[in-house]
Amino acid sequence: MDWLKYAGDDPVHKLLLMLIAIVLFVVLMAIILFVVDRPRNPPRWFVGFGFTGIALLLLLAGLVYPALSTIWTSFLRRNSGDFVGLDNYVRAFTEPQFLIVLGNTALWVLVAPLVATFLGLVYAYLVDRSRFEKIAKGLVFLPMAISMVGASIIWKFVYEFKPQGVEQTGVLNQFMVWLGGEPQQWLLSRPLNTFLIMVVFVWIQTGFAMTLLSASIKAIPTDITEAARLDGVSGFGMFWRITIPSIRPALIVVLTTIAMTTLKTFDIVRTMTAGQFDTSIVALEFYDQGFRQNDAGMAAALAVLLFVIVVPVVVYNVRQQRKVEEIR
Amino acid sequence: MTTTTPQMPTPQPVRPASSGLNERARKARKALSNPWASTLAIVIAIIWTVPTVGLLVTSFRPELDIRTSGWWTVFGDAFSGEGVFSLRNYETALFGSSTNMIDFFVNSFVVTLPAVFIPITIALLAAYGFAWIDFKGRDILFIAVFALQIVPIQITLVPLLSAYVDFNINGTFWTIWLSHSIFALPLAIFLLHNFMKDVPRSLVEAARVDGAGHVKIFFQVMLPLLTPAIAAFGIFQFLWVWNDLLVALVMGDLRTFPLTVRIAELAGSRGGDWHVLSAGAFISMVVPVIVFLALQRYFVRGMLAGAVKG
Repeated sequence: MDWLKYAGDDPVHKLLLMLIAIVLFVVLMAIILFVVDRPRNPPRWFVGFGFTGIALLLLLAGLVYPALSTIWTSFLRRNSGDFVGLDNYVRAFTEPQFLIVLGNTALWVLVAPLVATFLGLVYAYLVDRSRFEKIAKGLVFLPMAISMVGASIIWKFVYEFKPQGVEQTGVLNQFMVWLGGEPQQWLLSRPLNTFLIMVVFVWIQTGFAMTLLSASIKAIPTDITEAARLDGVSGFGMFWRITIPSIRPALIVVLTTIAMTTLKTFDIVRTMTAGQFDTSIVALEFYDQGFRQNDAGMAAALAVLLFVIVVPVVVYNVRQQRKVEEIR
Repeated sequence: MTTTTPQMPTPQPVRPASSGLNERARKARKALSNPWASTLAIVIAIIWTVPTVGLLVTSFRPELDIRTSGWWTVFGDAFSGEGVFSLRNYETALFGSSTNMIDFFVNSFVVTLPAVFIPITIALLAAYGFAWIDFKGRDILFIAVFALQIVPIQITLVPLLSAYVDFNINGTFWTIWLSHSIFALPLAIFLLHNFMKDVPRSLVEAARVDGAGHVKIFFQVMLPLLTPAIAAFGIFQFLWVWNDLLVALVMGDLRTFPLTVRIAELAGSRGGDWHVLSAGAFISMVVPVIVFLALQRYFVRGMLAGAVKG
């Protein structure tokens, strides 16, 4: 059995294990489909469960139950199992360490999606139907393929610091020097460091925003733009009075989607500063509390807080969609 | 992609009609003739590209050079005929005794392939069930699945991990495959369901008249039509799993850690060693970037379907 469980360091063993997993899974699926297809006139629930059953069971065991369990854990002290009510939440909202984390998270959720969406929108508008549209979009879109860890390293290098007088190796500080300034330790002082880390996230997400917004800009009926043009609207007025209102639903979807991604993202902060210098956010603090400080209660409370922050974002999104539906 | 409601409108990219060609040319001329707009676009494009180029150039420079001069100086040096590039860093990163990334590269593969294949298959079946089988409680269950998209995975990690420990399977690839599969399901089911709903009812009914059961319809009618959607979600899932750090860190151990964990570790412990770090970062990027570039079309289509269409 151990052979099936652990692959150790042997790469061939690992690859074999991978194949076995896939084959086992295919066999399981085949069995299920065979059983579903067997009876002549199967009851509908039987067929329905045959198709959706595995997914529902996995979701129940892997998402619903753990989520409920985490909510319960958030009322317990550390790993002791003692019920302490809202203590963990009170700590989160009173201890300075956590207040900084919450403040940073608020900054992230408010600023990062807005900047990414704004840049994506402006860029999509600027390159729309220009000659170099395809390659221009590709350049901004590519960071989507890079892991957040990889992206963080790319930007850490941009922020690299060498003392004054020594040749700089980070682009940003070289620019400072060229402009006659002093090189800075960019990631050390709050709140600038949080914004500079956000840059990495914006760098990744702008391509996402641009792609979706570009599609909706292209979907604006030409008669609307033509009519506006006949009315003498042009340039910035066109962008502000025609483009933006026309793509409002897409804008909201993009904003909320990025906001939700922001909340869950922890790799960037972890790779850039490991949460030091007051840059931590809830998603990272969750990891630190749970897996480093061994405070399961606090980690659970932070995870629940993440969820609580997501809910209004989603509700707002759904409401807006409803409104759009009503207008139609 | 995770916040949409099923009733969203479908902005179809309007193809400029025959008159659109002129329109297009005119607009192109206009866009090009507006110097501010083009300048701004070019500036943004440069800002987006320079950081990556910087690290890429660095990854090919000798260690000493990296520490003593900026990467932008190579262009001058290379012009004056000095040898400034080498593959040394990649050698060190891949085979060096303290860094050897080959193992982690294998791990990334082993983690990713089943974690893409398994959830897509499960989601395809479930999506078919929700779209075309009329069983009791279907709508409520589907809404529940849809709603699960907003659960941050952080909220499930600790209990899942302790369940794995209870079953004595923690730290194996199996738990990582299982976790990734579970986390992918809500979005996958939702997206594939939307695509399946778009299949014309007449097609399905015709097959049914011919005596095809659900299994047959699933394989012979749905799957061929859904290939683009499957490709789209497959790329999503591939990028997400290959680039994941959280699940890998929490669920895995030294025997299963993928490249991302390794690179993040290097960034922490050897933050100044840019020669290893830059080469390592690019080694971890090669596969997702190739997949991304090759299948970009499907990826974008999937994204539009997920986030705008819903």
